[in-house]
Amino acid sequence: MKANVKVKGELLLEIGCEEIPAGMIQMAEQELKALLAKHLTAARLVDEPTVENSIETFGAPRRLVAIARNVRLKQEDVTREVVGPPKAIAYDSEGKPTRAAMSFSEKQSLPVEKLLLISTPKGEYLAARQSIAGEPARAVLARALPECIRELSWPRSMYWTTADTPRFIRPIRWIVAVLDGAVIPFAYADIRSGNRTDGHRFLGKKGIAVTAASDYESKLKKNFVLCRPDTRQKKIESEIRALTSRRSLRIHEDAELLNLVTYLNEYPTVISGDFDSAFLALPDEILITVMRGHQKYFAVEKRAGELAPHFLAVINLPSDPKGLVRAGHERVLRARFADARFFWDSDQKVPLDAYVPKLATVTYERRLGSYGDKVERVRTLARWLAEQWFNRGMTQADVTGSDRAAELAKCDLVTEMVREFPELQGAVGGLYARAQGEPDSIAWAVYDHYKPLGMDDPLPRNLTGCTVALADKLDSLVACFGVGIVPTGSSDPFALRRAAMGIVKIILERRLPVSISAMISAAAKALKENPPRINLSAETEAQTVAFLLERARFYLREKGGFSYDEINAVFASGADDLCDAADRVAAVKAIRYSKDFAPLAASFKRIRNILEKSAGKDDKGQVAVNPELLADGSEVELHVTSQRIREKVAANKRDRKYKVALEEISKLRPAVDKFFDGVLVMVEDRAVRKNRIALLASLLKEFSTIADFSELGSDEAK
Amino acid sequence: MARTEKNEKKKLNPPKVKGLTFQDLLLTLEEYWTKRDCVLQQPYDVEVGAGTMHPETFLRVLGPDPYRVVYAQPSRRPADGRYGENPNRLYKHTQLQVILKPSPANVQDLYLSSLAAVGINLKEHDVRFEEDNWEAPTLGAWGIGWQVLLDGLEITQFTYFQQCGGLDLNPVSVELTYGLDRIAAYLQGVDNVFDVRWSKSMTYRQVRLPEEQQFSAYSFDYADAASTRKQFDLNEAEASRLLSEFAKLKGDAIERFPILGAYDLCLKCSHLFNVLDARGAISVTERAGMIARIRKLAIQVAQDWLAQREMVQAAAGVRA
Repeated sequence: MKANVKVKGELLLEIGCEEIPAGMIQMAEQELKALLAKHLTAARLVDEPTVENSIETFGAPRRLVAIARNVRLKQEDVTREVVGPPKAIAYDSEGKPTRAAMSFSEKQSLPVEKLLLISTPKGEYLAARQSIAGEPARAVLARALPECIRELSWPRSMYWTTADTPRFIRPIRWIVAVLDGAVIPFAYADIRSGNRTDGHRFLGKKGIAVTAASDYESKLKKNFVLCRPDTRQKKIESEIRALTSRRSLRIHEDAELLNLVTYLNEYPTVISGDFDSAFLALPDEILITVMRGHQKYFAVEKRAGELAPHFLAVINLPSDPKGLVRAGHERVLRARFADARFFWDSDQKVPLDAYVPKLATVTYERRLGSYGDKVERVRTLARWLAEQWFNRGMTQADVTGSDRAAELAKCDLVTEMVREFPELQGAVGGLYARAQGEPDSIAWAVYDHYKPLGMDDPLPRNLTGCTVALADKLDSLVACFGVGIVPTGSSDPFALRRAAMGIVKIILERRLPVSISAMISAAAKALKENPPRINLSAETEAQTVAFLLERARFYLREKGGFSYDEINAVFASGADDLCDAADRVAAVKAIRYSKDFAPLAASFKRIRNILEKSAGKDDKGQVAVNPELLADGSEVELHVTSQRIREKVAANKRDRKYKVALEEISKLRPAVDKFFDGVLVMVEDRAVRKNRIALLASLLKEFSTIADFSELGSDEAK
Repeated sequence: MARTEKNEKKKLNPPKVKGLTFQDLLLTLEEYWTKRDCVLQQPYDVEVGAGTMHPETFLRVLGPDPYRVVYAQPSRRPADGRYGENPNRLYKHTQLQVILKPSPANVQDLYLSSLAAVGINLKEHDVRFEEDNWEAPTLGAWGIGWQVLLDGLEITQFTYFQQCGGLDLNPVSVELTYGLDRIAAYLQGVDNVFDVRWSKSMTYRQVRLPEEQQFSAYSFDYADAASTRKQFDLNEAEASRLLSEFAKLKGDAIERFPILGAYDLCLKCSHLFNVLDARGAISVTERAGMIARIRKLAIQVAQDWLAQREMVQAAAGVRA
């Protein structure tokens, strides 16, 4: 019979809340899982290796839920050895317990006879074996679960009754805590745990008794709550398909919105609504933003991609039989579209450039002046950049076009449309510019100039857009560094990391020929010659360059898939021209593990060590190798080979054929190997020694212009 | 003959209004909340931008004493004026404000029943609570809560007050702010707020249009920036003078010292600031500075109001 006693059971925890912000539930699901795993493990109620597999967490607007399976109903008994004084101190010469032993025995509440001796690496010690009886899990969990709830962290928590109660994201209104069918009794934030949950706010019952995960889910479903997000999402997706496919339509894909509505509803249902097709005269971007932003509707497209005069809304009801909800949503959307049309018309009563003077009243940063000031600096920089492209043979570079686009770029910040829909900054300016007859290249440049917003965001679609985007970001970076706004840790209020990443991404992906240091200097010059006329110290300029190069390393690692040492090796030989540096990194990666190259790289490391050691010994100084002093045959061979190879490398390097150049360099290997086999560098004869060091130094110097190979092999962050 | 009679009848019986009239909506909600132990208060008689600025909210949420109140508050937002030509935007809209201090555990249910009371069938409409944390920088006040959406339309701001006048609140009050104009338009099924039936025989347009036209015109076109600024300075100086005098007070004079007067002056500053803003007379930098000046007054008022109350109670304790 005893074998049939149940030892494990299922734990169900539900924190019932007022509506939790949709964007925060997923993070809380993950955190709750980790916290529960931590507490169950610490309480010895689960087997450690499987703990993560046996816990599920999920959430809906009014509840966070955890289910843990295979939870022990009673903690295992454990024995624990407590180490006391060393044997030599615990017993006197006659083997009798000393005062030290007695006091240890007292502390452990065990008679001396029950103590034992254990051997440790440090010798024999007196020890006590304590056995700790396991507690019933219900009692342990009654202490651990409130801790789990308390430890959940939220971006912005609140009080809801008095300030001496715990904080949470929204008020907690009920708690279900059941182990193996019975309630785990505790109280948290004045709420007593129990076994009763609430259904849908309007359609479900309150106080539904549950015993386990299985009846929890089914009873909630009967009460119009789909507690699992994947169930809700599937329902939404299939209803979207049903509503669109038979009319040959599709939604404007929006994964983020789909996720949001999944977490905004406990019983999501998709309904479709219509709007007056006259509104389709407004640009798609604006219509989509209006539908998505405030209303959280999916926009609907025809197969060809143009918007259709319909929308899909996700409601928290099983159906809308009388069409009341649909009529309500259509009415709200009508008003919002009417507003947008009003802004579209009234903003354009004056041309876009008429907003330029207004930018002088908008502060960019207290010390950095207004947006009007910024625009002047960005214009200067955009012209300078376009000239660079032009001088390097990029014929589509447009100096005056870049200047005009930079002048218009920020105008939409003071329009009604952007005040209402800030997420449309850039786009609105671009659309107005196009509607007012600016050339397409300029309109798109205005439209795109905030791009790229992240590592995977596309670049501005044309060169003028890339130019203005670069100029804008460069100015932000240099101006902010100039007044000491430098990103630290998680604090980066002006998103300078993103700006720097954008600069790197544009240069590399558009393959723009420009010197990083010259670019930073140009931005510093613009900052000095335009208001607020701030002088950038050489130090700050160098700091800005370093910041940008650090982002470039990050980009090459994350996006390019190169390793730390490949990038370090190349950057050690200079990375002022980023595209060139990227080409060199690719060449190094392609060849580094080839037969001759890898050992050669090791030899270069050896050379560097020798040179570093000799640095203090007054053996340097000699720059040119004196062929007359070359004594050993292998020494002569290295000198001759290196001179021959040097020319080939130089020619290939000029043509930017870096892989070929590196292949040439790897042909040095036999000569280098022979040299190290046959020649001792640190000989007595000072002249010979100095000459050999000069030979090695010239080798290292001449063949490190593509990459410093001695960096290869130390695969770690620098 | 018969036809004329019919016409006459039509005149006497105005068209049946779908949903509550604007005034019945107001009366129903006020009655609903007074039955739940709220004091029925009147709108404040100084221009305010929101029901929160009424002393019945701003000052009552401070300190430990429980309170429940309901009142309508016509709220002036000069920058939102559209000369009465926009179907949704108003210079002055009407809020219905409810304060429940401390917040009861069933506060959401209480609120939802009030919607049912004005004729909204909660099983047939999509009513939801979407995250929206409210903040009033000029009042040093913020809270956590939601906007309540009815079929996609924002109808109420629902806030658990965390701070007011820069002071942490304990206990926490719940503030419910209903947008009466839009709720009425929704219930009556009209797209334009001016078509709302105010009473059985009068429309919103008939009651309010001149106000919208003239005050929009005043704040956009006529207000003299220099003199408005001067009024702002005068009100601010007077409020500051009062508050600095309070700091020096002792004894019996404390109880009748006009902290409330200082608060009125602070409210006037807030309204004058809104007029200047609508007039386009404030640069962005100046804007932040003026908000900080109003906020400074509001915070001082809140602190002094509490201090005054404590001193008066302490003195009463001594006398007893």
